[in-house]
Amino acid sequence: MKHLLSTRDLSTEEIVSILAMADHMAEINARAVPKVPALRGRTVASVFFEDSTRTRLSFETAATRLSAEVMTFTASSSSVNKGESLRDTIETLSAMGVDAFVIRHKSSGAPQQITQWTEASVINAGDGWHQHPTQALLDAYTITRNFKELNSMQGRTVAIVGDIKHSRVARSDIDVFTRLGAKVVLVAPAAFLPSSLEGWGVTTAESLDEVIDVVDVVYMLRIQRERMDAAQMPSLREYGSLFALTPERAARMQDHALLLHPGPINRGVEMVVDPSMVPGSRILQQVTNGISIRMAVLFSLLGGDATTTLSNGAES
Amino acid sequence: MNSTSTVSSEILGVTDVDKALKRIAHEIVERNPDLNDVVIVGMQTGGTWIASRLHENIAQISPEVSVPLGAVDISMYRDDFSLRPIVLSAPTDIPVDLTGRTVVLVDDVLFTGRTVRAALEALNDHGRPRAVQLAVMVDRGHRELPIRPDYVGKNIPTHFSDEVSVGPVGVTVVAATGEPL
Repeated sequence: MKHLLSTRDLSTEEIVSILAMADHMAEINARAVPKVPALRGRTVASVFFEDSTRTRLSFETAATRLSAEVMTFTASSSSVNKGESLRDTIETLSAMGVDAFVIRHKSSGAPQQITQWTEASVINAGDGWHQHPTQALLDAYTITRNFKELNSMQGRTVAIVGDIKHSRVARSDIDVFTRLGAKVVLVAPAAFLPSSLEGWGVTTAESLDEVIDVVDVVYMLRIQRERMDAAQMPSLREYGSLFALTPERAARMQDHALLLHPGPINRGVEMVVDPSMVPGSRILQQVTNGISIRMAVLFSLLGGDATTTLSNGAES
Repeated sequence: MNSTSTVSSEILGVTDVDKALKRIAHEIVERNPDLNDVVIVGMQTGGTWIASRLHENIAQISPEVSVPLGAVDISMYRDDFSLRPIVLSAPTDIPVDLTGRTVVLVDDVLFTGRTVRAALEALNDHGRPRAVQLAVMVDRGHRELPIRPDYVGKNIPTHFSDEVSVGPVGVTVVAATGEPL
């Protein structure tokens, strides 16, 4: 594996193996000194053309804990403001010696394009509406580890609630969850659903009330207020009446059911209930797990050359 | 696949392995009068079954002492990533703070010493042991680092390219004869 651009680049076996590797990373993260020398001498550049605090910090923390050097680039404080092109930016940073780029960009496909301009590995940290693969991996990790079913989500039902159409998180999650055996039900107004769901392997529901008491996972997406007009929703209140997680709805969740959210939470919009009041909430655990998953991804891409092997038998 | 034929010979049988594990357990008890300080740590994955057998034997010899048993995964500490595929075993599990303890590090085969070097670095992330002793079932020579074992099941002279396999039922050396198949 050279790049991680989309969950679709990963075979189901590779997904399972990254989740297993994240268990090793979680053990490291639980130590008093959470640092190992695994990626000593490697350089990871985080290049964010779109605002993000948690994903950038999560990747940088992951790289630091594996002893890689971290280079940080944010578009707002860079030569992009002086008109430097994306290609020039990448080529310039590459020339400084980078082993992996972690890219966030508002245009779908930008990370794929960047692989043409550098020898380094490229990790997609969110591109437009397209993909956010490490988010889907950390979500699958959080769900499988909470249900103690290490390699599968077989027989579990996940409701993904909110603006599916404009969500790279939803696209990535649906791919990973369904391949691990989960049933996915999308809960959204018609305008927040893609025009065709053919081939997605999902079902839909027209309100949260339809599914809240039967699903194993409630996955709330962030609602952007500025998209309300496009959704032809008369008001946030009307949206909330059908799709917001209220204290009443949260109380109807099954005892074992989990509440997830990729953050940042929009209190009073999609999350009317205080998540700390929901026993099944694993929203902060997602953040913690994100570091372990990103360590596993960085280690998979940079930790070794799986095509070269020594065959000297016992290796001690 | 190997392009040359191989010759396989059994060096230790199942009873030899049992005897070696009993002898090493006695040596560990003898060398460490204060057994309360000792922690047995197996190296993932080849050393863990040996560590747990030693742990059982020590419990029989000194039932009044409960010696902690742990495991260490060294895949994040190797110095030869670019030479080998990543093989992740089971995660590290060190049940106690190692500071001030005597760690008996356990592996199946001692070869170049690089895995042991990595394990020493890994152990240090769980505290500062007072001492680390090394127990191996087989010492096959060819050291590339200044590392020696404290307890050995069997010294076996080998060619660098031989393969040594160690399991509860015995120890086998597979030698390439160099003759094409």
